[in-house]
Amino acid sequence: MNLKKKLGSGLGQLLIPLIALAILLLFNLFRDPGFFSIRIAVNNAGNRVLTGNLISIIDLASELAIIAMGMTLVTAACGGQDISVGAVGAISGAVFVKMVQNFGGLNAGTFVLALLLAILVTILFKMFNGSLVAVFKIQPMIATLILYSCGRSIAYWINGDATPQLTSPILTAIGMTIPGIPVPTPIFLVLIVGILLALVFKFTNISLYTQSVGINQGAARLNGINPIAIKLLSFALLGVCVSVSSLIGISRLGQLNHKTLLVDIEMDAILAVAIGGNSLGGGKFKLSGSILGAYIIQMLTTTLYAMKVSPENVKAYKAIVIIIIVVAGSPVVKEKLTTLWKRLRSGAAARKEAA
Amino acid sequence: MQNDVVLKMRGIVKQFPGTRALDHVDFTLRKGEIHALMGENGAGKSTLIKVLTGVYGKDAGSIWIEGGGDEAHIHSPQDAQNIGISTVYQEITLCPNLTVAENMFIGRTSGSVVHWKDYEKRADELLKNLGIPARAKQELSRCSLAVQQMVAIARAVDMKCKVLILDEPTSSLDDKEVAMLFGLMRDLKARGVGIVFVTHFLEQVYEVSDRITVLRNGQLVGEFTTEELPQVELVAKMMGKDLNDLADFEAVGEKSTGANEVVYEASGLSSSECRPYDFNIRRGEVNGFTGLLGSGRSESVRAIFGADRVTGGKVRIKGKDVKITNPHEAMKNGIGYLPEDRKRDGIIADLSVRENIILALQVMKGFFHPMSKAQMTQFADEYIKALKIKTASQDTPIKSLSGGNQQKVILARWLLTHPDYLILDEPTRGIDVGTKLEIQKLVLKLAEENMSVTFISSEIEEMLRTCSRLIVMRDRKIVGELKGEQLTQSTVMKTIAGGEQ
Repeated sequence: MNLKKKLGSGLGQLLIPLIALAILLLFNLFRDPGFFSIRIAVNNAGNRVLTGNLISIIDLASELAIIAMGMTLVTAACGGQDISVGAVGAISGAVFVKMVQNFGGLNAGTFVLALLLAILVTILFKMFNGSLVAVFKIQPMIATLILYSCGRSIAYWINGDATPQLTSPILTAIGMTIPGIPVPTPIFLVLIVGILLALVFKFTNISLYTQSVGINQGAARLNGINPIAIKLLSFALLGVCVSVSSLIGISRLGQLNHKTLLVDIEMDAILAVAIGGNSLGGGKFKLSGSILGAYIIQMLTTTLYAMKVSPENVKAYKAIVIIIIVVAGSPVVKEKLTTLWKRLRSGAAARKEAA
Repeated sequence: MQNDVVLKMRGIVKQFPGTRALDHVDFTLRKGEIHALMGENGAGKSTLIKVLTGVYGKDAGSIWIEGGGDEAHIHSPQDAQNIGISTVYQEITLCPNLTVAENMFIGRTSGSVVHWKDYEKRADELLKNLGIPARAKQELSRCSLAVQQMVAIARAVDMKCKVLILDEPTSSLDDKEVAMLFGLMRDLKARGVGIVFVTHFLEQVYEVSDRITVLRNGQLVGEFTTEELPQVELVAKMMGKDLNDLADFEAVGEKSTGANEVVYEASGLSSSECRPYDFNIRRGEVNGFTGLLGSGRSESVRAIFGADRVTGGKVRIKGKDVKITNPHEAMKNGIGYLPEDRKRDGIIADLSVRENIILALQVMKGFFHPMSKAQMTQFADEYIKALKIKTASQDTPIKSLSGGNQQKVILARWLLTHPDYLILDEPTRGIDVGTKLEIQKLVLKLAEENMSVTFISSEIEEMLRTCSRLIVMRDRKIVGELKGEQLTQSTVMKTIAGGEQ
């Protein structure tokens, strides 16, 4: 009974993404049990690391998972999505690289300083988006369209170089593994961001306020909540997420490519939010759903590559599967499934009685 | 007489899930008359008009229109227009960025090549003819609201309409503009157009209309000629009272709040939605704002809470000068406000009953001081029991509760903040009789516990039962203050109607 209750309320939203994930895992299990093998190998830097499809899925989804968390907050508060996260990520990366170069090299001190400055600049850019949305009541997609189209040019201007190189043991440790720890570092960064957000949720009212503003802004205001402040806050937190993801992206390659850093991630992030069962119209949300969504998207990509689908075709197959997941999670299908389930149960009960 | 009839509706029934919005309503419109359609909110005025204009289908009844054969079949707004029924809605539904002529003829031009020159000429003639101060080539957005409204009417008139429906045409116009509009209406009347005039402003009804049809709760109260229906009787009919029954209504005993100190005091308080007014309330007092819908009673109390943009006025709370410009400041000063429109302004539909109950208190505690789940559960439990809220659990989304229980949740939300002064705007609207009584009793109990309450209700008995002082509003102005022996139904209605004192 207790479990059922939990399934009904807490897990309800996560049910569809969990089923999707389970189906993907089962599919891979039947297709090729070797898909799940995890080995220890030595990487380019000479560290012993865990390798295998599962590890790489969780590793490669890190940037997406982190941005999806921020995107969930913006979606919930504003009832719309930010499509400039990739471009602003490039700006964040450019600021980071510029600062590192200005400081004359990377060490623990300059790294922290450069990262903090990059985060600060990113928050400012996101506050610009946020004020268009919150104060001027422009639709989020339109408000962020400006930076979506010019963000990467701004990133280029900051450095005046298409692909500045950055090599440092610190970046290797962030983009790959910390010597002695065989698990890729980005996985820990997702954990850290997740825990930090969880703490923010625990020690502030941001979750209650954000949902109230997203569901009924007018009523929220009449209860003393400031909808403008809440929307700005959601954009600011998204800014932090974007900066961290941008750092991971740069660290993986050891260079900043302003054209490809976090490219197309905005659409995947929106998808992750949707697959996680969150309403894109705002209101109630679950961060865990979006994180799950991010891993599902990456698992799908990795599965398709493992099936030797050519890169040109991957996107088409991905689209088909995603459509199925999103439709399965839509309110219409959910309602149909619920009635079907109820009818099956009452039918079973009737048969039992007859017997 | 019968020959004059241009529109006849008989036995119109319209059923919505759960309610019968129109219950065998008759309506007759004659040539060249201005016919006011009156009734309180939910009386069925707009439903009747929507049936007539084809927005809703009717469930029973029939409609005849002059020259339209046996029976008119209206299935869409287009049908209605084709048989000569035109409507001008409260909000202007023209395109502000097109010219006046374009607005008048758009969608009605014939052929694929449009000779705008000809149309502009026709438009200018018509405007001149009707005395509308606008030119055909002018962009519509450059005209005043009243002129825009008149252009909409001109468009309707040019479509050879026999029936012109004006739905709250004056609500956003000032006095001069209203006079202009009335001039045009009289002109059209002289040309034989039948005009249905829907409004909340009583004085306007008496200024222009020839006949009045009153609806109440989806039923026809009656049709009257304006001359034979005194204003006070109209109010009584809209509220469902017979004046003869009112004489023996019991007066409420005066509560001895006169000696208590003033808790809240405002002078010259005004907002973007209400004119400056003075107001005060004492500790343990229950007072009320009364008046017809649209009289400005809700707007006035919203100004107290800072719900609209406050534009002026001095506010003193317990003798200290304070500034209240937004709801949060009002809450910090011990004011609570239950809004008129529960769905739009009250409930956070998808959130649980628990979250809806603790919301205001949580906001007052501050962003960095979230309550523990245990504390929330305890508070919610306490008020679910105290107010007998019927809900499956605390986790149930508030939207799946009945209207009365939703209202109790919002009430619980404000009681939990322990305000000194609680404003209840229509707390009993749209809920069952039992709950209505519970809420009234609760208000009196709160006052005994020294809370000050402002209570607004469309039902005068409710206010007489609970309030010791009534502030009466008409057409957005305070027109009287009643207390003691004046608190009888007939005095209240006479004051609301005005003119007859």
